[in-house]
Amino acid sequence: MNRTQRRKALSGFVVFLCGAAVVLALIPLFFVFGYVLQKGFSSLNWDFFTKMPKPVGETGGGMANAMLGTAYLILIAGAFAIPVGVIAGVYLSEYGKKWFASLVRFTADVLNGVPSIVIGIFAYGLAVLPVKHFSALAGGLALGFMMIPIITRTTEELLNLVPGTLREGSLALGATRARAAFSVMVPAALPGIMTGILVALARIAGETAPLLFTAFNNRYFSTSLVQPISSLPVQVYTYAVSPYDDWHRQAWAGALVLVGFVFVFSVLARVVTRRLERMHRT
Amino acid sequence: MTETMVSDMQTPTDAKAGSPAPGSGSSPAALPTAGRTLRMESKKLDFFYGAKQALWEISLQIPEKTVTAFIGPSGCGKSTFLRCLNRMNDIIPDTRVEGDVLLDGNDIYGSGTDIVDLRRRVGMVFQKSNPFPKSILDNVAYGLRINGMAPKSEIPERVEKALRRAALWDEVKDRLDTSAMGLSGGQQQRLCIARAVAVEPEVLLMDEPCSALDPIATTKVEELIHELKRDFTIVIVTHNMQQAARVSEFTAFFMLGRLVEHDRTEKLFTNPGQKITEDYITGRFG
Amino acid sequence: MKTSSRRRSADDRGFRLGTGFFAFLVVALVAGIFFELYRTSTLSLQKFGFRFWTGKTWDPVAGEFGAFPFIWGTLYSSILAMLISTPIALGIAIFLSELSPRRLRTPLAFLTELLAAVPSIVYGLWGVFVLVPIVRSLQVATPGWMKKIPLFSGPPLGVGMLSAALVLAVMVIPFTSSVAREVLKAVPSTQREAAYALGATRWEAILAALRFGRTGIIGAVILGFGRAVGETMAVTMVIGNNPQVSASLFAPQYTMAAVIANEFTEAADNLYLSALIEIGLVLFAITVVINAASRFLIWSVTREIKVKPPKPVSTMAFAAPTGGGK
Repeated sequence: MNRTQRRKALSGFVVFLCGAAVVLALIPLFFVFGYVLQKGFSSLNWDFFTKMPKPVGETGGGMANAMLGTAYLILIAGAFAIPVGVIAGVYLSEYGKKWFASLVRFTADVLNGVPSIVIGIFAYGLAVLPVKHFSALAGGLALGFMMIPIITRTTEELLNLVPGTLREGSLALGATRARAAFSVMVPAALPGIMTGILVALARIAGETAPLLFTAFNNRYFSTSLVQPISSLPVQVYTYAVSPYDDWHRQAWAGALVLVGFVFVFSVLARVVTRRLERMHRT
Repeated sequence: MTETMVSDMQTPTDAKAGSPAPGSGSSPAALPTAGRTLRMESKKLDFFYGAKQALWEISLQIPEKTVTAFIGPSGCGKSTFLRCLNRMNDIIPDTRVEGDVLLDGNDIYGSGTDIVDLRRRVGMVFQKSNPFPKSILDNVAYGLRINGMAPKSEIPERVEKALRRAALWDEVKDRLDTSAMGLSGGQQQRLCIARAVAVEPEVLLMDEPCSALDPIATTKVEELIHELKRDFTIVIVTHNMQQAARVSEFTAFFMLGRLVEHDRTEKLFTNPGQKITEDYITGRFG
Repeated sequence: MKTSSRRRSADDRGFRLGTGFFAFLVVALVAGIFFELYRTSTLSLQKFGFRFWTGKTWDPVAGEFGAFPFIWGTLYSSILAMLISTPIALGIAIFLSELSPRRLRTPLAFLTELLAAVPSIVYGLWGVFVLVPIVRSLQVATPGWMKKIPLFSGPPLGVGMLSAALVLAVMVIPFTSSVAREVLKAVPSTQREAAYALGATRWEAILAALRFGRTGIIGAVILGFGRAVGETMAVTMVIGNNPQVSASLFAPQYTMAAVIANEFTEAADNLYLSALIEIGLVLFAITVVINAASRFLIWSVTREIKVKPPKPVSTMAFAAPTGGGK
């Protein structure tokens, strides 16, 4: 083989390897999805969605309280994380060139990379230690802290895509900065910002670690802010590491619900993103 | 090489077939490049981006060791056609070519073509200089190394030769190991020219090489082209008609994806055959 | 007029301070985490000092707080995971950004996103019930002579370092590959073109792009490493949770994140809790450093070009919009 042939053979080989890498990565994806689907589907019955967990050792029951608990926690988290994240994102987009903005951007990225369990410890110190018991509030705090950097960065990026002329036009008509920002710029970027929020929500809905010692768990249904509350990921974890087959079965069902949730949100995010791209291209 | 003179007398008429203003133009028997050895030639080239046609029946002759300029308004297809000459359009997905492009008589779109070799033989300099983030020496030596054209011992000598050809040697000879990114815009472009000529191509394609340069750097590059044409066949796409008039012997005027007129530069600029050409040259549009 | 401009600048200032306050909250949060963790771990910090991290025995019930096994376990599992996942992740990034036919690109990218979005607990579940038995049978199938090498020694429990590294690898791959892909997208296409124009093969042109973006790609890999270091649930379900220091792939071990998750609620006394929080503090510090370093590297490549979704820019800089390029 002469040199050129060797180079081309190498090139072809590398191309093949890259394709193989894709296939290799997709195998666990389908493996996991398939397995969860197979194992969890049969246990997804009406009971699962509506019943409470049975006492240890008894079969049957469901994860109704866990799912509602997750919904509740998301609500608490979003209640403070969304405003903080969006407004911080507005600041970054309006004053992006200042050194302080760079600092904020940097810390947001750093915060994004902090392990969720460390955030859990933080929320523990903040909300559990002083009152000496676990609470939904502590869990919501932990999850909310995780949401903030995601929402901040997405909001900033999306606001940057809105043409500055909209802001100028609004100001020229006598609007205050705040009004220009919140009644013109933010609505213009709203679909993308919503996507960012949804993506953040989907991410925290599946988090287990930060809840282990903040929201803890609860065998019953609760709406109290200051009581521990159950959540789907924690429930799945508890059942999974238990020695009971029936609980394993339910853990798979819970995992399936989580995965389904993730799937729906990913599709939604993609659809909105695609629509945004199309809007900007015209 | 010389067989094109008589057998392709049909081509000039065909080239004009798609022109917006079918006119008499030059008589079929007198190709502007008659009597010259041809290095490259296209025959009724059509080019498609997906389903959209971008070039219509381009038939053009590029004589060797001359400078041919492509001019025309923005979007007329001159760069697209240039990129067909070294099959750079192949890297864009969904593109299609119909018709032939010959290099020394062989169709480069034929099934037996070695694209890697083709691109070494038909080199390209881009509108915005694109040196690699390596040293000056490594940039110029890149093509030599990947094509295995010179043993390690010969590389410094070949690099010097290429840099001299690009009129850059004196300015960089003491800092060959420094990063190419530290050079000025004009120097970077001459570096890219050096890099391209280092692999001893037969044809050098230049896609608006001066459009990102200041007037002094532009003059340097134009002087370079005068020197380079002694050894290489050059095709240059340019927006600047004065530049085309200064550096080229033959000029091709493109519009809306068609070749409107192709003639000796002095003739095209002083006595164009087509009214559209005249309108463009005198600035009535474009 | 003066009054209106004064009102304008007061309004500007109010807006800037108002929104700036919320932006400040982000910074305060990170600082708060550090201080809070530091405060609640002082007990352990003062009592043990640096010995905490050199001690090899973790037996809090007996009063022994040696945290070295967790550093060992975290580094071992994460580095091994990176060794497995990096080539695959880079292969995917290259495939998606340079090689894939346009039609395949979106579905494949979507599938990669999906992989990244799956919660850790689900990977953990799959790990426990599917991966661990596979690793166990792998262990059983290891020939006796191999078992003598420390790397492969140990009883066939299934849970252990290998299982943890494999699960981590699967989780990190989509993450590293999507960051690497962003970096590759930011490399100007003229670099690849220059290579092609000099007669480069496909792979050589890709190499030119990789070389241009090399700092960013290293940043992507480091970012993935940071993710692996902080991963908790999936790891704790398959690693065996045994605070021993072992070179064996098959030995059950422990990581920093896993021990916190497992023992936090059982920490009977303040010292124990403080020790666990100290582990959390160091974990925090490690991930902050990793993140900062990698973000800096990535930033240096994508500096001029912002490539973030939904960026409505065609990757083909020459795609003719309406027929007829230039």
